Amino acid sequence: MAILDVFLLEALINGVLLGGVLALLSLGLNLVFGVIDVVWICYAELIMFGMYGMYFLYTVYHWPLLVAAAVCIVGVGLLGVLLHVLVIAPLLGAAPINQLLATGGVLFFLQSAATVMFSIEFRNLGLRLPVLKLAGMFISYSRLLAFAAALIGMVLVYLFLARTYTGAAIRAIAQDRQIMVLMGVDARRIYLITSALGGGLAGLAACLLVLQYDVHPFVGLSFGPITFLICVLGGLGNFGGGFVAAFVFAELISLGGLYLDLEWGYVFAFVFFIVMMFVRPAGLLARRS
Amino acid sequence: MTRSLGWLAGAGLVALPFVYQQPYHLHLMVVILIWSFAYTSWSVMGRFGLVSLGHGGFMGIGAYVTALAWNHGGVTPWIGIPLALLAGGILAVLVAYPCFRFRITGHYFALVTLALSGIVLQVITATRDHTGGSLGYTPTRHQGGSSLYALQFTGKTTWYLIALAVWGAGLYVWYRVDRSMMRYALEAISEDEDGAAAAGVHVTAEKLKITVLSAMMTALAGALYCQYQMFISPDTVSGISISLQMVFAVVVGGIYVSLGPTVGAVITILLAEVLRISFGTRAVGWDNLVYGILLVLFIVFLPKGIVGSIVDAVRPRRAGRLAV
Amino acid sequence: MLELRSVRAGYGGFQALFDVSLEVRHGEAVGVIGPNGAGKTTLLRVISGLIRPTSGSIAMEGVDLVATPPHRIVAVGIAHVPESRRLFPRMTVEDNLKMGGFLPSARAKYQDRLAFVYELFPRLRERRRQLAGTMSGGEQQMCAIGRALMSDPKLLLLDEPSAGLAPVIVEQLFDLVKRIRAGGLNVLIVEQNVRQVLRVVDRAYLLKAGSIRAAGPASELLASETIREAYLGV
Repeated sequence: MAILDVFLLEALINGVLLGGVLALLSLGLNLVFGVIDVVWICYAELIMFGMYGMYFLYTVYHWPLLVAAAVCIVGVGLLGVLLHVLVIAPLLGAAPINQLLATGGVLFFLQSAATVMFSIEFRNLGLRLPVLKLAGMFISYSRLLAFAAALIGMVLVYLFLARTYTGAAIRAIAQDRQIMVLMGVDARRIYLITSALGGGLAGLAACLLVLQYDVHPFVGLSFGPITFLICVLGGLGNFGGGFVAAFVFAELISLGGLYLDLEWGYVFAFVFFIVMMFVRPAGLLARRS
Repeated sequence: MTRSLGWLAGAGLVALPFVYQQPYHLHLMVVILIWSFAYTSWSVMGRFGLVSLGHGGFMGIGAYVTALAWNHGGVTPWIGIPLALLAGGILAVLVAYPCFRFRITGHYFALVTLALSGIVLQVITATRDHTGGSLGYTPTRHQGGSSLYALQFTGKTTWYLIALAVWGAGLYVWYRVDRSMMRYALEAISEDEDGAAAAGVHVTAEKLKITVLSAMMTALAGALYCQYQMFISPDTVSGISISLQMVFAVVVGGIYVSLGPTVGAVITILLAEVLRISFGTRAVGWDNLVYGILLVLFIVFLPKGIVGSIVDAVRPRRAGRLAV
Repeated sequence: MLELRSVRAGYGGFQALFDVSLEVRHGEAVGVIGPNGAGKTTLLRVISGLIRPTSGSIAMEGVDLVATPPHRIVAVGIAHVPESRRLFPRMTVEDNLKMGGFLPSARAKYQDRLAFVYELFPRLRERRRQLAGTMSGGEQQMCAIGRALMSDPKLLLLDEPSAGLAPVIVEQLFDLVKRIRAGGLNVLIVEQNVRQVLRVVDRAYLLKAGSIRAAGPASELLASETIREAYLGV
């Protein structure tokens, strides 16, 4: 019984640590949706490219870790802006299905571009961080680091949104797009800034994920669907909801992985999601699109 | 005039394999027909604004349930396929009912379905001991290859005719839906759900009906694919790529037109073949790369698809949808 | 100061304004009255840039507003308090006011403007951390006006400020408008409540079905038959 408790506790803690990163992911997606009213279906693929960036800069070209991370964050931020300018902006007035499909097209494109450029082999960062032994539990240092960095990232974003004028504009535009003009706010600039922010968050997530997982062109499929589920359950555009949902899902995945294969964790999460949809009254499921 | 032309073309299609026997080309045609049927199945609900990005999941279920029932249970596909259809239908209800009941539409619905196909893929991978996981799965050959009982045939001609029949049936279903009261109900729903509900339309029931129909048809496509290719793997029949490919093909071909999905299938499959032939083994990834760029370009410049845009250009705008 | 000449505007195929010409001179408060659907809201929207005119000219102190990008019109000195307030419901009062002061020129004076608004509307200071969407109609209107004032405008556009408010509140509101006016701000008010608005403005225009039917000093219009006809269709 004692041993079981330790494993359980370890899984619970790992769940919390994973939750931090998933919360970061959902924040980025929610931000873009809340402001621009578009879902970046290819969000996970942006992260995938960020992970490749880290791999090449750190493992292949031997850049210092922090410098590589900074470059990746900025780089994926720029990718976000590019995505907006090339694909989203031309479609802002179009039917939502078209916007979804367009980002779906980008998903295809990014996955295949990665396949063509990097081949389908799994790449590993090659960074061996120590494992902490705490009261009989093994907690990997990289997970702790990822959790801490994710929290810091979220706090920074929170401060940005709460304290700055641009942050206020970002919050406002999600609530009433039309009258932003009356405040002297150029909506297009806000969209660009938000896209950069969303991309930057993806870049940060990439740096954190690459510490723990191998990268390959389809790695996005491992956490893309989960991020979508988190955002839908928490309410698209609802930062607080996404935050909570991220931890709930992370625990489900972690506990599922404890007793069964990792993939079953995702299945549990999805089943949980379906059940939640039956259980929670319509009103609590946030805004309709 | 168009009627008789249609019959003529139909007769031509049926006669084709008896006149023209090149196996590679026949193979291509079978593949095109099966995928056209799959894409048409998607468009049956897609045309009403119920955009599912998860139909890859239904196709996967169709393929794997049929194959697993045969290999592990010795159950003939004649029973296995209905089982697969049932499984697809049940999954559709499980996922779609809460969505529709709680008015989860548009973005939310698309994301939930997207996650669904991802999850189906995960399940297939997780049960690798039974399904072979990402390595794929092969239904066992029965008595030398051609058997009505096992629904396995070596002759391309037979498969061509089967695929043609199913494809034709798919078109027939499309037409029946097009001319049914369900269509008007769904169009009203897609324009204004509350208005439709106020007018007495059972919104959830109608949406659920079309979703189950679409899901079951797609499962059939998966089962058919399995029986024909005699090899299935998670990423060839399920997953997000397949789901997106479906949507892509229909968008390219034209979502509101009966032959749109078929045109889309022809274009995408031929495109993939051309790329494969010109690039050889280096083509891994190039076809999806081109799809991706084309999809984006199509959405931006030709949101109605090729057939749809041509139809729009040739005929004057059809007088609006029926407002209930 | 503000000059509209032969402005036409509408939504899609529907034309709402037909050759509207009006002006607001320095130091003036001007009202635009008229029945429902006359185009009054459209008029203000066309001035503040929310919609573009199909023809005609709009100039503010010589600056061509039609040629100005909509989000720069605030910088020219026009602040618009939209119909039904349009506050950001899930942001606090203070954040709403902050948004009003988004302009770089306004940011520099943020503290001063904030003090000014709180002095004018003490109730807002009490509720500065309250979510704007949870306030009463009258408080929301104060907040909306305060938000517009944060940019230190030269001309304030008020769209149906009395809409949905109890008569007592409306009375207070128009007293406030008088105070703001006394401070040197020009005001263009669009209103259905004829009596209240004519109390407060110097001149007024009567807008009906998209065209100006009458214009003149407030006292004259108050006594005139034309208004009665326009509203009652008699």
